[in-house]
Parts: sequence; C-alpha cells; structure tokens
Amino acid sequence: MIIRSKGFYDEFERKGGRRRTTHYCAGCGHGIIQKLIAEAMVDLGIQDDTVFVSPVGCAAFCYYYLDCGHVAGPHGRAAAVASGLVRAIPDKVVIAYQGDGDLGAIGFNNAFQAANRGDGFAHFFVNNALYAMTGGQLAPTTLPGQKTTTSPYGRDVVNTGEPLKVCEVFNQLDRPVYIERVSVADSKRIKQARKAIRKALEIQKEGKGYAFVEILSPCPTNMRADSVGAAEFVTKEMEGYFPLGVFRDRSDAETACCMEVAPKTVEEIVDADYAGDVIADMPELRERRYKFSGFGGQGILSLGLVIADAASEMGRHVSWFPSYGPEQRGGSASCSVVVSGREIGSPTIDHPDVLVAMNQPSLERFLPTLRQGAVLIYESSVPLNVEVPEGVNVHPFPAARIASENGVAKAANTALLGCMVELGLLDMPEAEIAEALRRSFSAKPKLIDSNMAVFEAAKEYARKELS
Amino acid sequence: MRKFIKGNEAVTIGAIYAGCDAYFGYPITPASEIAHAAAMHFPPLGKEFLQAECETAAINMMYGAAAAGKLSMSASSGPGMSLMQEGMSYLAGAQLPAVVVDIMRTGPGLGNIGPEQGDYNQAVKGGGHGNYRTIVLAPNSVQEMCDLTIKCFELSMKYRNPALLLADAVLGQMMESLTIPDGMLEKQDFSSWSVRGDAVTRKNLVCSIYLEPDLQERHNWMLQEKYESMRCETMAENYLCDDADLVLTAYGSCSRICRSAVDMLRDEGFKVGLFRPISLYPFPEEEMNSAMGGKDVLVVELSNGQYRDDVRLHLRDCDAVIGLANRMGGNLISVEEVLSKARDMLEGSP
Ligand SMILES: Cc1ncc(C[n+]2csc(CCOP(=O)(O)OP(=O)(O)O)c2C)c(N)n1
Ligand code: SF4
Repeated sequence: MIIRSKGFYDEFERKGGRRRTTHYCAGCGHGIIQKLIAEAMVDLGIQDDTVFVSPVGCAAFCYYYLDCGHVAGPHGRAAAVASGLVRAIPDKVVIAYQGDGDLGAIGFNNAFQAANRGDGFAHFFVNNALYAMTGGQLAPTTLPGQKTTTSPYGRDVVNTGEPLKVCEVFNQLDRPVYIERVSVADSKRIKQARKAIRKALEIQKEGKGYAFVEILSPCPTNMRADSVGAAEFVTKEMEGYFPLGVFRDRSDAETACCMEVAPKTVEEIVDADYAGDVIADMPELRERRYKFSGFGGQGILSLGLVIADAASEMGRHVSWFPSYGPEQRGGSASCSVVVSGREIGSPTIDHPDVLVAMNQPSLERFLPTLRQGAVLIYESSVPLNVEVPEGVNVHPFPAARIASENGVAKAANTALLGCMVELGLLDMPEAEIAEALRRSFSAKPKLIDSNMAVFEAAKEYARKELS
Repeated sequence: MRKFIKGNEAVTIGAIYAGCDAYFGYPITPASEIAHAAAMHFPPLGKEFLQAECETAAINMMYGAAAAGKLSMSASSGPGMSLMQEGMSYLAGAQLPAVVVDIMRTGPGLGNIGPEQGDYNQAVKGGGHGNYRTIVLAPNSVQEMCDLTIKCFELSMKYRNPALLLADAVLGQMMESLTIPDGMLEKQDFSSWSVRGDAVTRKNLVCSIYLEPDLQERHNWMLQEKYESMRCETMAENYLCDDADLVLTAYGSCSRICRSAVDMLRDEGFKVGLFRPISLYPFPEEEMNSAMGGKDVLVVELSNGQYRDDVRLHLRDCDAVIGLANRMGGNLISVEEVLSKARDMLEGSP
C-alpha cells in the first residue's frame, strides 16, 4: 500500500532502503488509521510534543511511518508503557495504539486500569475481530461463529465467550473523558474516524485526560476476503455487535487536578537524627546479643528498639532484627538486638546472652537456647515450667504489676528496660537509655512522664529484690 | 549524619539520593516497606509514585518512564519478580536504565515470606528471554541497601541497562545505622536516545526488535561487548582470606552469618576467611580466584547450590574441595551449622 501523508516520514528508512510503501496488505485498516493520526498530529501542531507507543501486532512498525518520538514495548503493554510515560512527561502528548489481541486479551487489565485512572493519553484500539500478525487466530472480539485458525469450526460462545465490547466496558468507568467507536471501512466512516481521532488528540493537547477511540478495521488477509469483502464484513457483521457512536464526551467539563502534597526538601524527608557521623570500633566492648520475646502488643519490638536506638546514638555497632510474617501470627513477636564494639556479623541470634521473655511460648521457644552465663529475665506472673539450662542466671520480674501500679498497664516493656539497666546488662550510661526512652515517645509526649515513673519504679524493685 | 532505619527504608533513601524520578510497584511481603517509604517521600519531592495493578504493569511503566529518560524503580519479591522478567528482557534489549529491587522470599511458587536466596539464577543469569544480562548487586547491611541502590542507578545509567539489587528478607527487615550519602548522584544526558516529546528527541526510537537477522545479531554482539566491558565494575570483600586454609563464601545476609563464624573460628585458632561477592553480575572472578585459589572452600547459601554453581564456574583451581552449607524454606542458617561444617572440613572429615 502506498501512502503519502503529512506527518509520515518522507522515506521509510526504518523499514530498510528508501521505500515509500507500508508493510500493510491492500485494504488493511491500519495504514488508514495511522495516516489519520499523523495528519491530526501535524494539524494540531503537536508533532514535536508527541510520543507514540506502538503495540505488538501488525501495527508493531508504526515507527516506520509516523514522524514523532517512538517507544515500542511488549505485546499488550502499550497502555502500561503509556501510563509510565505520562508520569514521566506529563505535559506532552502520549498516544498508545493497540490491536484487539494486544488490548482486548493479554493487556486488557493494563488498558482498563489506565482508563480507570484516567491516565492522560490518547488510546487507539484497532478492532479487526482477530489476531492478524500471528496468523488469524481468535481474538476476544471475534464474532460468534466466525472461523479463525484457532476456531476452525467457528467461534463457540459457550466455550470462548461473546465478543468483548471494550467501549461499553470502559464506559462504566468514571475517569475517561472521551469514548467513541468508529470504523474505517468506507470513506463516509473514515470521515467520522478522522474527527474522533482529532478529538482524542485535542484532548491531549489541552491536557484534559484519557480519550479512547475504538476503530473497526478490515483485515482482508485474515477475514479471508478481498478488500471489498473485508470492508463489507466490518460494516455488515461487526457493526451488529459493535455499534458505532460516541459513548461519552466530557471534554467540556472541568479538568480535575491531582491532590496537592506539601513540598519538602531531601533533608526534611531524610530527617537524619544523629549528628555524630562515625561509628567507632571499640574492641574492648563485649558484644551482647539480646532476644526480646512476648505477645504482639506487649511492646517487645519497641523495647528492643529503645536499646538499639541508644546504642546507635552512642556510635556503637548495633542491629535490630524483628520476627515477621508467619512467626508473628498467633500473636507472638520477638526481636534480636546485637550491640557490639566491632562490625556485627549475624544480626540473627541462635544463643542470646540475655533473653527477656514476656509469655509462656517465649520461654518454651528460647529458654532452651540459653547457654552458661546467659541471663533470663521473665515476667514473673508466667509460670516457669521450662527446664532452665545449666549456668543461666534467672530473674523473675513482675513487670506487668509494676507497670499497672504506676498507672500505665501497657508499660511492662518499660519496666523490663528499668530492670535491665539496674542489672547492668546494657553497658551504657543510664542517662542515654532514659533519653532513648523519651525519644521513643516523641509522637506521644503525654506518655513520657508516666513511663519514666514506671522505669524508676522498676529500677528500684530490681535494686531491692534482684541484686 | 546518621539514621537508625530498616533496610527496606534505606533502599528508598538511596533511590532519593540517586535522583530516582518515579516508583512503580505492587505490594508484596517482605518488600513492601520500600513502596511505603516511596509513597510517603516521593510526592513531596515532586517525584512520581504509583501503585500499579500488577508487577507486569509496574515494569512496563518503568519501561515507559525510562524511554522518556527518567529514572524509575520498583521493588518486589519472588512471584512479582517472575512477572517482571519479560519486562527486564525488554529493558535490556532496548537498553534502558531502570532499577529493580528483589527482597527474596522463599519459593518455588508462592513460598512463604521467610528469607531465601533462591532467586539467584533468575537474577544473575537473566530470568527473561534472550541473550542479556542484568547488573546485579548484593548488599549485606542497611548501609549497603542504600549505597548499592545508588550504585545500581549509577551503573544502570552508565551502561543503559537494568540493574537489580538482590537482597533478602533479613536485610529488608533489619534495622541498623545508616550514614546518609554525601550528595546526589549526577544526572546524565539521555537526549541522544530518549523520547521526551520534544524537537530534540523527535527522531528517536526506543525498541528492541530488528527484523533483519544481521541487524538483530549485530545488536546482540554489541550487547555482549557491553556486558564484557562491565567487568571493570566488579565489587567484592575479602575478609581474612590471605592466610586462610579454608575460605567461606556467601553473599547477602548469609555473609553476615559467615562473618560471625569466621570470627569464632579465628578465636579458636583456625585460619579461616570470608570471600563475599558484592557484584553478582559482573561476577568478581579475579577477586574470587585471588582470595580462594588453592584453598578449600565452603559455600554458604539459602538456596539449593545456585551460588555454588557460580563458584565452581569461576574458580580456576579445579582440585579445590567445595563444600556447601545451605538451608531453604525460610530457615536461616545458624552460625553453629556453618561452624560445624567448617570444622569438619578443617579437620578433614567428610
Ligand atoms: C507475550 C507474547 N505473547 C505472544 C506474542 C505473539 N503475538 C504477537 S502479535 C500477537 C497478536 C496480535 O493481534 P492483535 O493485537 O489483534 O493485532 P493485529 O495483528 O490484529 O493488528 C501475538 C499473540 C508476543 N509477541 N508476546
Ligand atoms: S494481516 Fe490484516 S491487519 Fe495485518 S497488515 Fe494484513 S490486512 Fe492488515
């Protein structure tokens, strides 16, 4: 097919040689549609601004012809590629062009979701009722009874469904600005198609949003007809299932704007909280491996975090590793904290130096892993009926009672922190720990004083009863 | 300046300092915190964040953004990574820069969300179709989650190739101190190939197909040359290998466990070292041979020997004894398991 059109390259160099013919068969709709797009692009003066996303299908080589920027992505993904493009270059004109296999089958959800988001691009959907490029197979748009290479007995709607009416489906969505179905089967219809294509591109030029134009298109080769027969098939058969017309035109409505988010600088975002920039090696500091375990909601993870935060603030090597996922289910939570004077190897802990256990499952699970010289602190209201390994120092501690006696029933974790400080298990000045505890409540400052009271009471109890 | 944060958040901070323009992703544990942080931090910085309808959409949105010369990223895990493989191949074929983060969970299939390293081959050997390679970097700390994210963007731009940060659930979920990067990564000029919707780039085409076999072959040769030229980017860590009788080798969170094992064995008087590849593609072959040549080797991994296969492939010393200590299914390997395997090898028992 020889096409001269404004908006096409003078010579189709990408096609190889100095050719002037397209690769489309005689009577194919693709060439006509692309010519209409190219003309509109030039007439609207948007040729420099336009990026065209081509499909995989017979139209894969749109970039041979249309003189604008081109992106060619995977089969079915032109809409998704366009969704990325419109976010990268929001002020430009993006066109996605897809066949009915490309859009209606493999890429349907991407197209549907783009339409639902109202992504600002012109979406041209070429419906020829079959997969042309790969040899005339069944498409979602194939007519009932229509014979294709993969429906040799005719489309059986009971097995393969009825023709997919994309305009009608998209018309259920709120965000599309424009939806129309046209045809390029004869010159009268081509006139209407020209108008629709132009409209979709105008909407892009004006930045109004998503515009969808479905174009019924003859494919003589796979419709098993000559040009006239294929055009007739489109008009007489296809239009019966796919009525032409404008489904929606909201191009005069006010364009919605994105929600405003207050801008911030990178520094504000990153909000680095420690001024000291180096973590110094301290070979003399012994490495301590802490395991904290209890029910979710007992503040086990934050107890570990307060200690890790204090150590980090002091420029020590420290890691915090939580249980997550399945381990968390059934209400258990645990975390491992390693504080060291040198670079930390494993952030996970097989044999803790200190185990803080707030419930029975924690004792069952972790107490057997303790070794000679390790320390166990456990909530003393939990019966200790797990065998204690030899050489482990055991400290029952009424964390829950101390917390509620001081008015914050939920602060058992803070009580345990006080206990650890008093027992000298943290190798850090108390002031640093108290400071980290205060920091942990920076979002709920009301809780600071009551937690400090729990912290002090716990220390006092530990001093009297445990040492 | 420092901040005590999760590995996954450190990735997002790295992306910010790398000048990443857009995040496209789909939620999956244990990678989701990367998206959470990007959703929070990108919009106030004027960057794009979009939760895509699936990973296939996400990688193709990245393809679109990259085609326009913007830097984009996504983060996912096993099943989502599999969905992205077609897109990775297209990015490589069309020579587009983009960064994907894989916080590995277990597999095959749905797998649980525990840590594993079973995506090694998919990441390192190119999980999609065709003769392509992905740049793959493997962090082992929160600091590296940030720094190597930036490095991924740098190399991705330099070579116009997708780059992958290959981490696992331990690194994603753990918290450590992060020293904030000094400055922003320099943006590069992509006007020669990108399609930005302007007069300068109007004649450009982003695609991965050449109908003419000779041209497609030439394109392939050019890509192979490019991959070969990446060799100068290898990164590795040699911890006490020089006088070692036995070298442990592992990447990612396993290398942390190995480091503990090495320290303990050294305390016991054994001469043991650790070789850690940081770039998995390009593979640090020279560094590995100089650290491990002539020594016995113990590979430690959370997969079925996928990394060991690469050690075998690259180690020129054919007589080396290569042991394997591994776990799968979301079980971490314990320091003890590594120790006992290492002691067996050191003492010569089978
Ligand atoms: C993932 C994938 N699957 C399959 C193909 C093969 N393929 C190429 S084009 C096509 C169908 C094209 O049909 P349609 O979208 O209707 O376009 P037409 O050729 O009819 O214009 C298929 C299945 C592919 N390129 N990629
Ligand atoms: S096979 Fe059909 S769709 Fe493809 S070029 Fe020929 S007529 Fe057009």
